[in-house]
Amino acid sequence: MSHGNVKRKPVGKMLLMGAISVTLYALLLLKQDVLNQYIGRGGMYAFLPILTAFIFSFVHGSFTGDFWTVMGIEAAKKKKEVK
Amino acid sequence: MHDVINAAANFINLDTANIVYLFLVGFVGGLVSGFIGSGGAFVLTPGMMSLGVPGLVAVASNMCHKFPKALVGAIKRAKYGQVDVKLGIVLGISAEAGVLYGAQIQENIKKAFGEAGSNLYVSVAFVVILAVVGTFVLIDALKTYKSGNTNAEEKVTKLARWVQSVNIPGTMVYFKSINARVSVLFTIPLGFATGMLAATIAVGGFIGVPSMIYVLGAPSLMASATELVIAFVMGLGGSFKYALSGLVDIRLAMIILAGSLFGIQLGAIGTTYVKPFMIKVVMGVIMVTVLFSRALMVPVYMSQLGMITEIAADTAKMLKSVSFGIMIFALALGAFIVLKAMWQGRRAEKLAAQEAYEHGKV
Repeated sequence: MSHGNVKRKPVGKMLLMGAISVTLYALLLLKQDVLNQYIGRGGMYAFLPILTAFIFSFVHGSFTGDFWTVMGIEAAKKKKEVK
Repeated sequence: MHDVINAAANFINLDTANIVYLFLVGFVGGLVSGFIGSGGAFVLTPGMMSLGVPGLVAVASNMCHKFPKALVGAIKRAKYGQVDVKLGIVLGISAEAGVLYGAQIQENIKKAFGEAGSNLYVSVAFVVILAVVGTFVLIDALKTYKSGNTNAEEKVTKLARWVQSVNIPGTMVYFKSINARVSVLFTIPLGFATGMLAATIAVGGFIGVPSMIYVLGAPSLMASATELVIAFVMGLGGSFKYALSGLVDIRLAMIILAGSLFGIQLGAIGTTYVKPFMIKVVMGVIMVTVLFSRALMVPVYMSQLGMITEIAADTAKMLKSVSFGIMIFALALGAFIVLKAMWQGRRAEKLAAQEAYEHGKV
């Protein structure tokens, strides 16, 4: 690989989070009828979609972040040139 | 039980084509949001409605994808030192009040003038606000580009300098993005307007980001990153409100989120490669393009209300399709500019690194 490649790419973490993310999405679609029934009730069940969104954002957010890193797309190395 | 059946009837059947469509629109919307702090929602809500999702469920599901997306984007951009959390929270809370007030106005208009009246109000708000703010942002970006000083530090506007100079004891708060103390009596109406716009046209950032730049004096990069905090606060409160009525279709929200988290990470990375004025370019271009999309629909709603002679059903349908097409084009154009600017930035960095390496060898 190129000369400046000192940081190891988070391949293992990406694969783990990717697998969890796929599982979560599979569950979401397989159990959609049950989920819709509870969420459709509203009231105290309002916490259900909010909690789901937080869990998905943590798992899938971590996976997508590592995905771009593994693909070699990272933030500019220079310090911000304009303040 | 009856309510459950009614609520379940709000939720459409999802097939593979729908899932791919939502994922892709989510990705492009996320890319633009990661870069300018907002955007995408104006396509997602009508996009979901075109699949047969009822209006309120589309709005609710869009909000429920927005806050986790904004959270991930804000954390990413905070790593680059671009987020002013305090300003985001202060503006976000007043924006929440704006959302509630804006939604109330919408409801009242709907009651008084029906669906067409409400649509006309939304479209006119779109056209007027985007025409004024979008043109201003775009002209400012072009001025910077023409001046050749694209690397120079952004100038704080006269208005922002005045706002920063006003001292109202007991209301002053220091914000790191502005590097000055500003009275919350200025930030509250700005946040409120952002929220009202979010409740009306779904994209509060079209007011939020320009007001942080031009009225408060924050740099473009920090303003667009801080908008993500506002979007998180607003989106969380809004989602909860809709979820209480059982209106969130979590499948739609999470599928859009699947695409938009890929996009928002990329958009956030993109901001580290571009010059700050590019934020204004992307924002201005999208705003001015979307403006035409909504302007096309104004005569349709006016004819429905009997304000002008009736427009034939076929013509109205065609105008609606063209309007939606322009919206998708606006988002795609924004995404294209982001990707192009990022690609150019990456290439320049690679060339510079290669040059430095070769110099080192000689």
